[in-house]
Formats: sequence, C-alpha cells, structure tokens
Amino acid sequence: MEQGPAAAVGTAGAVGAAAGASAPAAVAAAAAGASSSGVSAGYCPVPLPLSDSEQQCYSELFARCCCAPATSSSSGHPPPPAEVGRGAPLPGPAATAGANQVADLLRASQLPAETLHQITELCGAKRVGYFGPTQFYVALKLIAAAQSGLPVQVESIKCELPLPQFMALKNDSEIRYSNTTELHGMKCQIPYVTMEKNSFKRVDDGEKQQEKISPVMSPVSSPPSSPSNYQRVPLTYGYGKLRSGMDQMHAAPYETRQHALQQEGSTSGSHGPKPTRRQTSLIQSLSVEREPQESNSNYPDDPWRITEEQREYYINQFKSLQPDLSSFISGSLAKNFFTKSKLTIPELSYIWELSDVDCDGALTLPEFCAAFHLIVARKNGYPLPESLPQTLQPDYLQTAFLKSKWDCALFDSYSEPMPVNQQPRDLNRIESSIKEKTDLTAPAQDVTIDDKQALKISSVDEAMPKDLSVDTAAKPGLLPPPPALPPRPFVSQTDQVSEIELHPQLTRTPSQTEESGSPVKKDLPHSQPPSKPIRRKFRPENQVMENQELSSVTGTSSVPTVPTVKPHAPVQKQSSKQKKAIQTAIRKNKEANAVLARLNSELQQQLKEVHQERIALENQLEQLRPVTVL
Amino acid sequence: MAVCIAVIAKENYPLYIRSIPAEQELKFHYTVHTSLDVVDEKVSAMGKALVDQRELYLGLLYPTEDYKVYLLMPNGVSYKCKKLLIPCVKSMFPNQLHRYGYVTNSKVKFVMVVDSSNTALRDNEIRSMFRKLHNSYTDVMCNPFYNPGDRIHSRAFDNMVTSMMVQVC
Repeated sequence: MEQGPAAAVGTAGAVGAAAGASAPAAVAAAAAGASSSGVSAGYCPVPLPLSDSEQQCYSELFARCCCAPATSSSSGHPPPPAEVGRGAPLPGPAATAGANQVADLLRASQLPAETLHQITELCGAKRVGYFGPTQFYVALKLIAAAQSGLPVQVESIKCELPLPQFMALKNDSEIRYSNTTELHGMKCQIPYVTMEKNSFKRVDDGEKQQEKISPVMSPVSSPPSSPSNYQRVPLTYGYGKLRSGMDQMHAAPYETRQHALQQEGSTSGSHGPKPTRRQTSLIQSLSVEREPQESNSNYPDDPWRITEEQREYYINQFKSLQPDLSSFISGSLAKNFFTKSKLTIPELSYIWELSDVDCDGALTLPEFCAAFHLIVARKNGYPLPESLPQTLQPDYLQTAFLKSKWDCALFDSYSEPMPVNQQPRDLNRIESSIKEKTDLTAPAQDVTIDDKQALKISSVDEAMPKDLSVDTAAKPGLLPPPPALPPRPFVSQTDQVSEIELHPQLTRTPSQTEESGSPVKKDLPHSQPPSKPIRRKFRPENQVMENQELSSVTGTSSVPTVPTVKPHAPVQKQSSKQKKAIQTAIRKNKEANAVLARLNSELQQQLKEVHQERIALENQLEQLRPVTVL
Repeated sequence: MAVCIAVIAKENYPLYIRSIPAEQELKFHYTVHTSLDVVDEKVSAMGKALVDQRELYLGLLYPTEDYKVYLLMPNGVSYKCKKLLIPCVKSMFPNQLHRYGYVTNSKVKFVMVVDSSNTALRDNEIRSMFRKLHNSYTDVMCNPFYNPGDRIHSRAFDNMVTSMMVQVC
C-alpha cells in the first residue's frame, strides 16, 4: 500500500524519492509531510518538516496554483519588464499544480534561473512531470532555503526556514515583505491585481459573494495566464496592509477572488496594472463588507466549522455509501472510503476515534461529516485536535443538519456531476468576451467566504487525484477520493458549464461533464449558490452565447443585426452576408466541437489510466492487508 | 498507583505496554512476560467450568521482586467479560510489585503491575480498573482502522491508561 512506504519516508533523500514515487505515494508523502513536525502532535513520520505557518502558506499557494488549469498562458499578459531572475518555464504538463502558475511563483521568488532549475529537479517535478503537492511543497521549501542563502539541497529543507518570499513581478519595492509578516505577508506577496472593472464588479457583487465561501480561483475566465497574476503588482502592498489586519481566512478568499478576477481580466490582455490605492480601497471596502457578513454566517476563522457547501458535500458522500441518511455507515465501508483519502492509517484511526463518539464501529451522518471534515482539515495541513471540537460534535451537527435539510434537497437537484473540463471552457471563454465571463464569474463566486476551506477544497482536491488532471477524477460511478472537496475555483466553471449544457451550442460539454468525476466534487459549491447563481447565470449565459455568436461572426455584421439589415439592403447582399455570417459561425462551432471532442477523448484516456491504477493499487492493498487473527 | 499496564495479545506478544517510570519499560516487559506463565497456568486450571458469565480476573499472581503483578485477560470484543477469581496472596514484603491479571474470551490479557508500597489497592479497585481498561480496549477494537494484532496507538486509550496510572500514583 502506498501509505506504507510513504509513511516510512523519513530520510532527507527520501523526500525526493517519495516525490518520484507514484502519485499516490507522493500524495501520501505530502500528507505526511504536511503534518507539522514537532510543532503540533506529529501524528506520523514527517519527511518534510513544515511548521504551521508554512503548511498553511504552502497549501494556500498550492491551491492557488492548482485552481487554474494549466492551459497555455494567453498572449494577453505582457512579460514584466523589470524582472530579475526569471527562470525558464517549467517543463512537463501540469497535471496538478498549473505549470504556469508554479513557474510564475518560482520566478516571483527572484532566484536565479539555475537555482530554479535545481529546485525543480530536486522537488521531483521534472521527474514525475508535474507539480504534485509534495513537489510543490518541497519546491517552496527549497525556495525558502535558497532565499535564506542555504544551498539548494534536500538537506537544507529539513531545518526550520523562513517562509519563501515572492516578489510581485513588475513590482515596486514596497512589495518586499519580511518574513515577519508571515502568512499574511506571504499571501500578499503573490500579487493579485484585479482589473478595474473586475474590482468594480466585485464591489457590486461583493455582498452576494461575501455570503459564501470564496474559493474561487477559478479559471472560469479563460486561459488563466497565471503569469499575469504575478505581474500585477499594485495590489500587493494594499494586500499586505489589509492582510495583516485580517484573519488569514479572510485573506485567502481575497486572493483567490482576485486571482480569479485577474484571470478573467488577463485574457483580455488589455488590463494594465491598476493604481494600487484604488484597488486597495476597494479591497478594503470588500473586506469591511465581508467581515460583518461573515460574522453572522460562516465563521471562516474556525477551521472546525462545517460550511454549508461542505456539509452538503459530505451528505452527498454519505448517501453514496449509505442511501439512508438516518442509518449508519459500517466500519469497514467507512474504512475503505476514508482510506482513499491517502492519509496514513494511524491518522485515520485517530480521526475515527475522534469522530465515532459512541464507539460503535459505525458512523452516523453527523459522525461521518465530522470525520470527513477532520480528514479535509488534515489534508490541508491542520493538525488534528486533541478532542473533537464542539462544532463537530454529533449533537451540534444534528441540529445543523435539520436546518439545512432544504439545502440538501436543492443540492440533490444539482448533484449531477458537473463537468470540470476547463479546457473546453477556456476555449469558450476565449471566444466569448471577457466581460461576459466576469458577469458569470462574479455571481458564481458567491460562495461562503471560508477561504480556508476553500483552500482546503482546492488543495485537497489537488492532493487527491494526483495522477489525474485537475479536470478529471473517477467517474461519478466510482467514488472520487473523498477529501477531494469540490474546488471552489470550479464553482463558476461548473455553473457556467451547466449553463453551457443548457445551451445547444455546446452540446459536447455535457458529455464531458458526465464523464469527468470531479464533478461530484463540484457539487458542493453548487449547493449554496444553487438557486442564485444559476438563475443569475441564465441571463449572462444568454449573453455569453450571444457574444459567442457575435465573436464568431468576424468582421461581418452580427447575427442579430443581419436580419434587421435584410429588409433594407438589397436582398442579394443581405443573403450573402447572412451566409457568410452563418458559415463563419458554423466553422467556429465546428472547431470548438473538434477541440472539445479531442479533449474529451484525452480525458477519457486519462480516466481509464486512473482506473487501472486504482485497480492495481486496490489489489496491492488487498495483498498487503494483514490477516487478522482473533 | 499502577506502575505498569500491559496488554498482551493472544499469542503472548505485547500490544501495549506503559509504565510510569518510562525508562524501566524493559524491566516491566520481563515482569509481564513472566507473569504470563502464571496466567496460562491459571487459565488452564480453570478449564471450561468458569467459561461462562465470569470475568477472567486472575487477581494477584505472585509477588515478585518489588511489584505485585495483576493479570487481566480481557475478552476482546466479546461482551461477556469473564473473571477468574483467584485468591490473592498478600505480599509480605514491602515495596513489592504486585501483578494482577485479567483474561478475556479472546485470550487477550491485561497485566497490571502495582507498587504495593502504596496502600494496597482493594480488589474492587483493581477490578474496576480492569473494567475500564477493557472498555477502552473494546473501543479501540471498534475502530475499523485498527487491525487486531497491531500495537495500540489510540490516543483515547493512552489517555485512559495515563489517568489510571496517575490516579493510582
């Protein structure tokens, strides 16, 4: 079983080896490595010692890097002029952390190119071809080591290091944050600049958005050219000020949101750096708006509080194991399920201990949710508590569940796996105007602000199916790795895709959506914004579609206008124009279809491979399971 | 007061050993191991007659060296605890270790080593301690991630044992 070797990894050199091992092992190693070393109760051997702050930082960074699909950076973002130490882009496809984002992150660390190459090699990303959580964390640690002047070696990451610093590209000196600002500073260092109009929209939608968790790092907007994110300096300083005053929880959602917004804006290519002050003030206003709202709804600073989305996700998972919500999940069933989370057995055992309060060897729904939540927390690097937190107690959860029953009902209707095929979406987005995307994403970002959980979700999601691309996971029929909570980033995507599904133009996406498994994960975000975003999206979606049509009609008059022109212009001219327009539209659609079909086949291929891997792993597990003797 | 608490599996290997002066663990290993012979002796002596409805509380095994050894053989997952009541031999030597034993249906044994210098614990107290141990052990068994035969790493179990040992001391 992968966890065995992963848990046993304890030597410095093994970190790289673990990274080089198969993805599940890497995930397990990452999970093991994520547990803090002596700071909190290190429950399992820690190959990569990370302090609390480091864990949180890295997991957030990782989530940030992973949220956006690794599509090629759009041509829209201008390379930052005054940059120092820009490394060459990382090789390999980015199945997990987006290669572009990671590349940008590495560049933002302002280390020389050779160092970055060394780091990439050491962390194992080159070997495995992608940046899994292990590789990413190791890379971050190596960056911190390099920035502290230590040689870039595996040994240097064993010691306590300050957090790596990342300069905003295109930056001014103000961006340089000392390590003392720690997490907050760290987070800020990754500049997220919102485009002006985006920020405006955010303010408009601020209220709605703030009701929900923000995870949104989504690539909803098209080709997330991650480099652009790091190029937008101005905000960082503002962020720094802001963040240091805010709870860490609050910070991340902003980053994520900003990230998403940037991504939206970046594609247009027309966004230049905006004045810091303005955005800072906007952000501040957002944060101010946020906090009061947060206080009455979710409690983002409480990692042990289950949000609505999470609850519904857990309930959905429970249903998949046990259709009767008032009954139990047996111990063996739950064991199989939670083992997929790739946490070590001792940790899972401890989580079980915490959550099974009546010690009957079975999990009721509240117990299950508590256990799931603990697993998610653990995967995001939070040390397990000594005792079950009050918000995870079954009686507490019971009352909460009754309240949210209606959410379940709503949730069920959206529980159909949503596609997370980002590439086709990206294509669509490219075709459509960015503005429409913004409209779509803004409402879509209506998720609770609990960014920590957002991070969890995205990072967990990334951690889980390491060998899968971000888009795919097991089929809905197969249980996707449990802790892979729906990445918030994908909320808008999924919503958008759901809209797309409705639209006849993009008939391919539904098929893709059915197949990709991470849809199940995406269900969660749907729950909270089920009615609102969907409804809201109808309108923008129509607009999107319209815009798509519009965009597809290149040069010629827009389709809607064509009919109007008809009666006035000569019939022949009009008909030819119309023909041209239609033909262009047809051509565009065909291209889109072709691309989508190709992507679909690729993803299915990946899916098959993952299935096989899974089967192989399960066989191994069966063989390795000790024969129980009583 | 219990200076050492041990859980021995059916095959006579330790699942869990915990002692108050932690550095003397090896000594306690020996102590507990030697007491296993006594346990087996007592268990075989009992035969089938006492199999039903009685907790396998073996009581004081024998005073050796400094400690009294109490042997407890829990029943494992069985809900019926069986105790074998065995007359305790009071130690005549001060500062001796007394070992008490308790056996369960599944032949998992609990051994408790107590410092007799503290006012001798009454039998009932020992029994209640064993009962608590047994319950905690059952809870550990209920955890699907625990494979019978593994060492016990449960934190809840640890906490319970610690509290017992601390209170006794």
